[in-house]
Amino acid sequence: MATTTYADGLEKTEALPVPSKLHEWIVTVDHKRLGIMYIATSLFFFAVAGVLAALMRAQLAFPNGKVLPPEVFNRLFTVHGTTMVFLVGMPFFAGLANYLVPLMIGARDMAFPRLNAFGYWMFLFGGILLYFSYVAGEGLAGHGTAPDVGWFAYAPLTERAFSRGTSTDYWILSIVISGIGSTASAINVIATIMSMRCKGMTLARMPLFVWLMLVVSAMVVMALPPLTAAQMMLLLDRYLGAHFFDTQAGGSAVLWQHFFWLFGHPEVYILMLPGFACASEIIPVFSRKPIFGRAAMIGATVAIGLLAVGVWAHHMFAVGLSSSSNIFFVASTMLVGVPTGIKIFNWLGTMYGGKLRFDTPMLFCVAFLFQFLIAGLTGVMMAAAPFDWQLTDSYFVVAHFHYVLLGGLLFTLFGAIYYWFPKATGRMLNETLGKWHFWLLVVGFHMTFDTLHFAGILGMPRRIYTYAAGRGWEGLNLLASIGVIFQAVAVACLIWNIIRSLRQGAPAGNDPWDAWTLEWATTSPPPEYNFAVEPRVRSSRPLWDLKHPEDPDWKYE
Amino acid sequence: MNSFSRVIGLWCVMTGVALGQTVHPVGNIFDPQATPAESVYHLSLLVMAVCAAIFFVVAGLLTFTIVRFRRKGNDGHEPAQVYGSNRIEVAWTVIPILIVLVLTMATARVVIALQNKSAPKDALQVTVIGHQWWWEFRYQDLGIVTANELHVPVSTTAKQSPIFLKLESADVAHSFWVPQLSGKTDLIPNRTNTMWIDPRQEGTFLGNCAEYCGMQHANMLLRVIVQSREDFEKWAGGQKTEAAYDSDIQVARAKFLSLSCVNCHSVSGTSASGTFGPDLSHLMSRGTLGSGVIPNTPENLRAWVKDPQVIKPGNLMPNMQLNARELDEVVSYLSSLK
Repeated sequence: MATTTYADGLEKTEALPVPSKLHEWIVTVDHKRLGIMYIATSLFFFAVAGVLAALMRAQLAFPNGKVLPPEVFNRLFTVHGTTMVFLVGMPFFAGLANYLVPLMIGARDMAFPRLNAFGYWMFLFGGILLYFSYVAGEGLAGHGTAPDVGWFAYAPLTERAFSRGTSTDYWILSIVISGIGSTASAINVIATIMSMRCKGMTLARMPLFVWLMLVVSAMVVMALPPLTAAQMMLLLDRYLGAHFFDTQAGGSAVLWQHFFWLFGHPEVYILMLPGFACASEIIPVFSRKPIFGRAAMIGATVAIGLLAVGVWAHHMFAVGLSSSSNIFFVASTMLVGVPTGIKIFNWLGTMYGGKLRFDTPMLFCVAFLFQFLIAGLTGVMMAAAPFDWQLTDSYFVVAHFHYVLLGGLLFTLFGAIYYWFPKATGRMLNETLGKWHFWLLVVGFHMTFDTLHFAGILGMPRRIYTYAAGRGWEGLNLLASIGVIFQAVAVACLIWNIIRSLRQGAPAGNDPWDAWTLEWATTSPPPEYNFAVEPRVRSSRPLWDLKHPEDPDWKYE
Repeated sequence: MNSFSRVIGLWCVMTGVALGQTVHPVGNIFDPQATPAESVYHLSLLVMAVCAAIFFVVAGLLTFTIVRFRRKGNDGHEPAQVYGSNRIEVAWTVIPILIVLVLTMATARVVIALQNKSAPKDALQVTVIGHQWWWEFRYQDLGIVTANELHVPVSTTAKQSPIFLKLESADVAHSFWVPQLSGKTDLIPNRTNTMWIDPRQEGTFLGNCAEYCGMQHANMLLRVIVQSREDFEKWAGGQKTEAAYDSDIQVARAKFLSLSCVNCHSVSGTSASGTFGPDLSHLMSRGTLGSGVIPNTPENLRAWVKDPQVIKPGNLMPNMQLNARELDEVVSYLSSLK
């Protein structure tokens, strides 16, 4: 592919005919292209799932809503949840890891480039399969098409007796297939980090981002097997007459819940840690200080990873487990607050005494800190099992986990887009549009999700397609639905910003943020081989060492 | 459905009035009316106070940092590079551990107190069976079977009367939640759970099924009607009698018993002994139809029997395609089941 340097200093590829261009992307095994494909696809699914959410909020804006019939609403929240977890959160992480890990550790590609491509295509086909169910899934008349069992699909609602037809099978298979993709990508990240680091890049000197990706990948490898196994058991139940979860034949409904949450809770941290990873890179650069308590941050991450496999039954406090098991899970869940707190304190410590620049990436990270603090504290409230008996399966939980995943994860991911977009494309995103995006999202987010906590406190259960007037929920629901408009406009600002900046964004240069990790040492976008010469590092901030030969980091290590 | 649902707000109050009852339509968990909900409320005050304190300290520090350390101008100098402090790390590890310890112990006390309470010998025991999408209540000791509206006696300081609920499910997982009385407990097939309530105030408390259970999860509504001891005894006495049999509706009764209604519904003292649907023996003593989806008025009853799928789409009672005469007869028979 021929490249030319233009007057504005950017290298541009000669225009290839569209089919050849497409062909290049389809057969690519380049970690950067696959990273971009992962992120673009997950943003696409994010937009789709956002539309589904907006439809649900339209239905719930007023009591006795007539926008959607019940079966359509039930499919919407099932597909919305499944999409956001498996087709937005997980692949966004895979995309970031793919794009950034090799660059940050000074490698030329991932350890297994073809496995990498395989992982992406599995994820994409899994995602397509889920949406294909809208066309091909069949069920009872009026119950058919897309799956309608909820994203955690509690047995025995998923058994043939209650979910006839094939829509539930689409759900099972799409998750199993995209899970194969996630596992492949996680193994690849682990192998890459373990074996491809450049000279001098000891584990202790790895950027925090890479450390967190290592922990997340290990968690994916640990957490996905119980889910895949459970899905297979469910398929056996449905088609070969096994009775794992078939209560009518003596199976156990609670067993499914154990299997699911043994995956599902680590999954929450699998989704959240990449957000932490981004914040841990962005906050220091915009505070102009190294991360405070690096070792403690790494230790806290590993601790979260380990604790994550011992807290699953806090999703099941209302199931009627014995008081002693409930108390065990109260203790283990509360304990997660400790390493999570350490992280927040260390980010705060990083900012304290710095010179804070509030560019868009940093704005998103600061909002993340406030919102994640609240999300963590409502999490502590629900860790108190009796309080959870009131709050679980109510709108309070809906508000809580949207605070975690939207107020926490999504804000950092948006920050990451503004931060690394210049590296991936060679052009800056527009700051003004970025600020519109940020402030509209903040307003919309709080309007929607602050209010929903109160709906839960007033007894509104989740997953209801309608509610009667007079139960104290009308005003809150209306406000929550209005908030969606702000959020939608905010996301539109982002999309417009990306489209516009791809064509006419200011040239970024190699290192627009004056940052310290290796990806900023190469060109933007990086060449296919990343680094012409293998870098050699002496500290965890190699570019700081270069920029400040008088006061390098390695002196203190 | 429009005409039905528009009046629902009003009706919440009206049906209560008809029963001589105050309705508590808002299930505010911070307005508890029974011991389990109140214990949770007290625990929640402690937990929220601790969380609020943490919030104000951390958010305050964050705000201070943002305001104080914002870069002023562009001086080009980097701030002092601080890498961390072990002393501070230890402090913000140990303090949260102590907070966690306190919260865990306070929580454990409430878990044990609520979950391990054993039933006094004379406690009223009710088996609650979740169905897609309605509630069955069986008072074994009293020989009563009813649906969707749980009648219980009020607890007074003079006479504590906790009611113990045995929770089971006939199909998929459901969850029993009346926020002002207690937190929720799931009803799971092939498993028996228990919970208890001791409501201290008379009135009708509204609740919902809180575990997604399929198409009409939203309309699996729940009402707990708390009555004075006398009113409860009176209600129970009425329920214990065999279903009414007026001689002037013999024809209608025969028609009802000849239709397939009896495959799913029971009426005591008749050949109708189906168990898929709610027991109809004393249908007219209930304030609502379709698990709380519409008030039990003559017009609504007729509309429901004519085509329940219009009122609660997807529910398991099909449109029986009754002709006008059959409809009249069935409705007049049902209306006689006081």
